[in-house]
Amino acid sequence: MARDSQAALVALNRFGFGARGGASGDVLNAASDPRGFVKAELGRPNRVLLEVPGLQSTPALGKAVFDYQFEIQQAREAAKSAAPPEGASPRPEAKGQRRNLSLNGIAMEMAKESPREPQAKPAENPGATAPAEAMQPNAPKPPPQPLNIIQKTFRAEALARLQRAVIVDGGFAERLVVFWSNHFCVSANKGGPARMWAGSFEREAIRPHVLGRFADMLKAVEQHPAMLFFLDNQQSLGPDSRAGKNRNRGLNENLAREILELHTLGVGGGYSQDDVTSLANIITGWTYAGRLGQLGAPGTFVFNANAHQPGAQRVMGKVYDAEGVAQGEAVLADIARHPSTAKFIAAKFARHFVSDDPPQALVTRLADVFTKTDGDLKALALALVDSDEAWSAPLTKIRSPYEFLVAAGRLLAQIPNDPGRYLAGLRALGQPLWSPAGPNGFPDTNAAWLAPEGMKLRLDISAQIASRLAEGVDPRDLLELAAADTASVETRRTVERAESRQQALALLLMSLQRR
Amino acid sequence: METTMGCCEDLRSSPTTRRAVLLGGASFAAWAYLPKFARAADGRDPRLVLVILRGALDGLATVAPIGDPDYAGLHGAIALSSSGPNAALPLDNFFSLHPAMPEFSRMYREKKAAVIHAVATPYRDRSHFDGQDVLESGFAGPGRVQSGWLNRALEGLPKGERVANGLAVGLITPLVLRGAAPTVGWAPLALPQASEDTAMRLLDLYSHRDAALGSALKQGLALDKAAQGDDMKPKPGTGGVAAMRLAARGAARLMAADNGPRIGALGFDGWDTHANEGGPVGRLAQLLGGLDGALAEFETALGPRWRDTVIVVATEFGRTARINGTQGTDHGTATVALLAGGAVNGGRVIADWPGLKPASLHQGRDLAPTTDLRAVMKGVLKDQFGLAEKVLAESVFPESSAVKPMQGLVT
Repeated sequence: MARDSQAALVALNRFGFGARGGASGDVLNAASDPRGFVKAELGRPNRVLLEVPGLQSTPALGKAVFDYQFEIQQAREAAKSAAPPEGASPRPEAKGQRRNLSLNGIAMEMAKESPREPQAKPAENPGATAPAEAMQPNAPKPPPQPLNIIQKTFRAEALARLQRAVIVDGGFAERLVVFWSNHFCVSANKGGPARMWAGSFEREAIRPHVLGRFADMLKAVEQHPAMLFFLDNQQSLGPDSRAGKNRNRGLNENLAREILELHTLGVGGGYSQDDVTSLANIITGWTYAGRLGQLGAPGTFVFNANAHQPGAQRVMGKVYDAEGVAQGEAVLADIARHPSTAKFIAAKFARHFVSDDPPQALVTRLADVFTKTDGDLKALALALVDSDEAWSAPLTKIRSPYEFLVAAGRLLAQIPNDPGRYLAGLRALGQPLWSPAGPNGFPDTNAAWLAPEGMKLRLDISAQIASRLAEGVDPRDLLELAAADTASVETRRTVERAESRQQALALLLMSLQRR
Repeated sequence: METTMGCCEDLRSSPTTRRAVLLGGASFAAWAYLPKFARAADGRDPRLVLVILRGALDGLATVAPIGDPDYAGLHGAIALSSSGPNAALPLDNFFSLHPAMPEFSRMYREKKAAVIHAVATPYRDRSHFDGQDVLESGFAGPGRVQSGWLNRALEGLPKGERVANGLAVGLITPLVLRGAAPTVGWAPLALPQASEDTAMRLLDLYSHRDAALGSALKQGLALDKAAQGDDMKPKPGTGGVAAMRLAARGAARLMAADNGPRIGALGFDGWDTHANEGGPVGRLAQLLGGLDGALAEFETALGPRWRDTVIVVATEFGRTARINGTQGTDHGTATVALLAGGAVNGGRVIADWPGLKPASLHQGRDLAPTTDLRAVMKGVLKDQFGLAEKVLAESVFPESSAVKPMQGLVT
């Protein structure tokens, strides 16, 4: 079955997160009908959704984070105005407060939300408020603090995503989720609401459309509070709008630019600075309702006509009349089906799944499918599975840190019940979950991930995984599960001759870096 | 379902340095060859550090043209002022430095720091990512990402004797250093490490099965031994600003060694100040304070080598001259480049000032570029390492013969 197991490896690794350990039978199943194995996941669109008890909607999370931040702010102001006697420990009373907030505690709370200190537990993470102090080697560690609502939410969302990735059959649908989520990324590091919403953004704006239409995903993304917050649109006011005039504030073109450059047309896709400015004007008023709910239910998308720049605007040569929120929706619908968008998406898609320099014929075919089906993303995925290139190209892509850690978890059949180790590993390897450095997301080429420092860290992390989990597993069996008869003589020999189970497992994990 | 995956447990007890560097956005890479330089004649042993500020630095907020009558109106609520609390630090009778940068100000007074204003790469659009590609690749336009100009400059130097066995590069190699010339790299690190035996076995496997992974791992294994000092251990609560200092100190320590690299590059993230940029205090002020601290760390840790050092601070483009509707600035064009170091012929703001009148602004919105950043880089490479103008114009910055090296930047 040599040839089929090669195809099984492609099915499991190019399209998925690698074979599962235990009694999954993944390699055998994939070998019997590799394309069918991959396609099977696309026939179950509901499986792409992530509906886990306890995970809340964006408005519910919005309300919680607004209330929480308000409470912190109140307590801080109360502490300031209370002006306690010297030496006394101020204890501001905030309504509905769930904990005592000393000044130090407040600083800690703020630090926990600071972009510089993401998911880590407070006990491990004394805060980033005072760099000068932080540089002192012997600064005492503050006592442990309970997780705040933002941290709890982030970890629950992360856990749900990780569990799904580790459990799911082959993983093609989850890989598509990760691809689109990175294409339309937000960063939790932007601040409290972004961290709170990073998971719900993916569940609500990405997953429902991964096997649906690109235009629908685009609209859902650009109207999601997480994106509006991440790229500052909730602050952008039409200069001639009522709010803009009253408050003497105006445009912020951040979101408009990234819609054109990163989400649809791509740089060089034919837009100009004038198009960016016009689109920025058009989407003024696209915001979300805040804590007081003056514009709508807190944490929901709202169109604020008061902030909207009046008048018709021209984008990419076409005039869009003033029609409120429909003006922007019309632009999104048009650029979603622009030929530049088809090309940009097709190339990025092929680069992610096939190779850093994908065959041009494949890219052209994918772009054609995108255009002819009006951006049907399931058709796009099927076209990739049906292509010969996806099955004949060698497995040269280096796994991203996320793919590496998930693949290890699957092979070892370890379903996490706490996301901490994954989150720490992803941070260490340069891919902190839902927290890319910029709106272009994490890199997707070997040049980025084939860094010496990164490889060394993967080895260290593999050794730690092995030191914990090698007892009771036979690395030779795992090699069979992961690679079947495609494992090279050298790999087999390396695993068999290792001086310990731990060492064998670490080496095995390090032999599975390509997909 | 009970057991969780076992990776990284010890990251949890010492999570700081690695993360700090990642979040601080600093990475470092440096040349692994000791050049036999052109400067042998005068006994100098020059160092060059490139600091890339990713996200587009607001040059008008960093070095404010307070003497320009249009500046205060354009920069509005976040404009710097030469009087009042947190007054800007005067550089000459026209330009003032952001008050968060007292160290740079001191270096400037000591004539060891200089500013080039209204400078830009040849890139004229406003994408960060293309802009950084142009800044780092050294080509006139985007899309050429195979190698960076600093790497090609290394290739242009005479090959000296090798000073490092292992080669290594930071977590993500910056484009400016990618290419054929070998580089080493380092980033503050504290992880329990795989045993040397395991590493050797893996290297053996890779040597048969995957040369690229093997080469990367080999370089990665070599780095920590070379770089780490006692105080590079993790410290709690290291934020982005402290991370800049930490990265700079580690880099400087490596470069100070007699057999250390002579050329290095670091990147700092976070300069994309679309909203609530802040004026003399605030978000940008914090970042500039971090940069200022990093420059001071270089000065201290390089010790006697500071005398022969040039640090160049550059960014992909500037920001709009007029603040936007959210107390920030959008993507613009010209900005500043900063030079610091004992070898800098400093105490000067070098600018062919275009003015900030509406008609003078690039496309009616940005500080107009009057100096090509490549002229600055060429001038430094020429004076510091004796690179020939022809090499600079053909291979380091291809098709740039019209851009002459700026004269007299180095003493």
